[in-house]
Amino acid sequence: MGIFEIYDFSDVLRIVILDFEFIKQVIPMYVEAAGLTLRIALIGILLSLVVGLLVAIVRYEKVPVLNAIVSIYIELSRNTPLLIQLFFLYFALPRMGIKLSSEQCGVIGLTFLGGSYMAETFRSSLETVSKIQIESGECLGLTNFQITRYVILPQAFSVSIPGVCANIMFLIKETSVFSAVALADLMYVAKDLIGLYYKTDEALLLLVLAYFILLLPISILSGWAERRLRYAQFGNK
Amino acid sequence: MHSLAISEAISQAFSVLFLGKNFVRLLGGLWVTVRIAAISVLFSIVLGMIFGIVMTIKNPVIKVVSRIYLEFMRIMPQLVLLFLAYFGLTRAFGWQLSGEAASLLVFTLWGTAEMGDLVRGALESIPVHQYESGRALGLTENQIFMSIIIPQTVRRLVPLSMNLITRMIKTTSLVVFVGVIEVVKVGQQIIEASRLTVPTASIAIYTVIFFITAVQ
Repeated sequence: MGIFEIYDFSDVLRIVILDFEFIKQVIPMYVEAAGLTLRIALIGILLSLVVGLLVAIVRYEKVPVLNAIVSIYIELSRNTPLLIQLFFLYFALPRMGIKLSSEQCGVIGLTFLGGSYMAETFRSSLETVSKIQIESGECLGLTNFQITRYVILPQAFSVSIPGVCANIMFLIKETSVFSAVALADLMYVAKDLIGLYYKTDEALLLLVLAYFILLLPISILSGWAERRLRYAQFGNK
Repeated sequence: MHSLAISEAISQAFSVLFLGKNFVRLLGGLWVTVRIAAISVLFSIVLGMIFGIVMTIKNPVIKVVSRIYLEFMRIMPQLVLLFLAYFGLTRAFGWQLSGEAASLLVFTLWGTAEMGDLVRGALESIPVHQYESGRALGLTENQIFMSIIIPQTVRRLVPLSMNLITRMIKTTSLVVFVGVIEVVKVGQQIIEASRLTVPTASIAIYTVIFFITAVQ
């Protein structure tokens, strides 16, 4: 059998006629689902920023034992898909006596995945701060904490913005697999509508639109931040 | 007492892996994912190279079209793209793609967009004087491109595209949503089949899937 099984050529140019009445009815469902997606994404992103910062500092400062643990964590979380992590959290852990609701699974999974991505971004931007800066800080008699707080972090922060924006987009996109652990997110609603009413065109169109509305502002913002940053760095080089 | 019960349950769960051909089946499921990933990665590298070169052409129409394509592929979650290919194409054009064909199509299109952007970035990062030195040496444009620009671009591309390839392989786990029988699905089948004999099988199966996907 060929891969492309085209049964009916007359269908190729069929004009898609949308059922606007139906669209009007289901929009609230999409809004609610988008709210859920956003809420979990927001919590997950905030937590992964925190985890990422801590992990990045451990990696940057090369804290003896923690460094090894943290690098195992990064490898593990960067090299496994979120879907598999969620399945593990949702289906395997309850058998060991740890029961998580699907929202908790979503947040934990997103944080587990996002933490390592954020950490790598933060670490690479920490490493862009040149050694002269640190040495100058030492010459001025600043303590280690002060150097980290007032010299390294502010500079690294501005470098990390495009990377962080890209990660945020990536994480929001990744939330689309949450329907696998029974969270009623956008994908879930779309799948439901396709299954219940066979309104495939409308369901998919609204799905695409919803993700566009969620992600386009972030995409534009990150593009702007990147350009802005390029101007900011110009003086340094 | 409690921890004993848990360790008992875990060791019982892992025995599932050695029943029948379960482990081989899991690896077979993994192979399906790897095959989809490998084919689409190959296609996206070739097409992405072309797309990247096309994006550097200074023609407003080509610029806008390629920009829209790139942004669309970037913004849409891959799962949404899969749904569009699997359900949307069937509805709109009557193409009945199998789950595997739909995923190959989606991952190739997506990979091409991402790869193309990397190629464009690498091409643009090559300083103008490389072109000018080539011309000064009397090389033809073709020679400049083939023996000066491409080798330097490839060297810059390797780490970036490794990153992309890892992401693509990871993302292929989504094909389970469009009905491809891959590693997660096989795992679920094994869990369901041993529901009565080994109720704790899910621990072992998902742990193993977790780690074998980490290894790849």
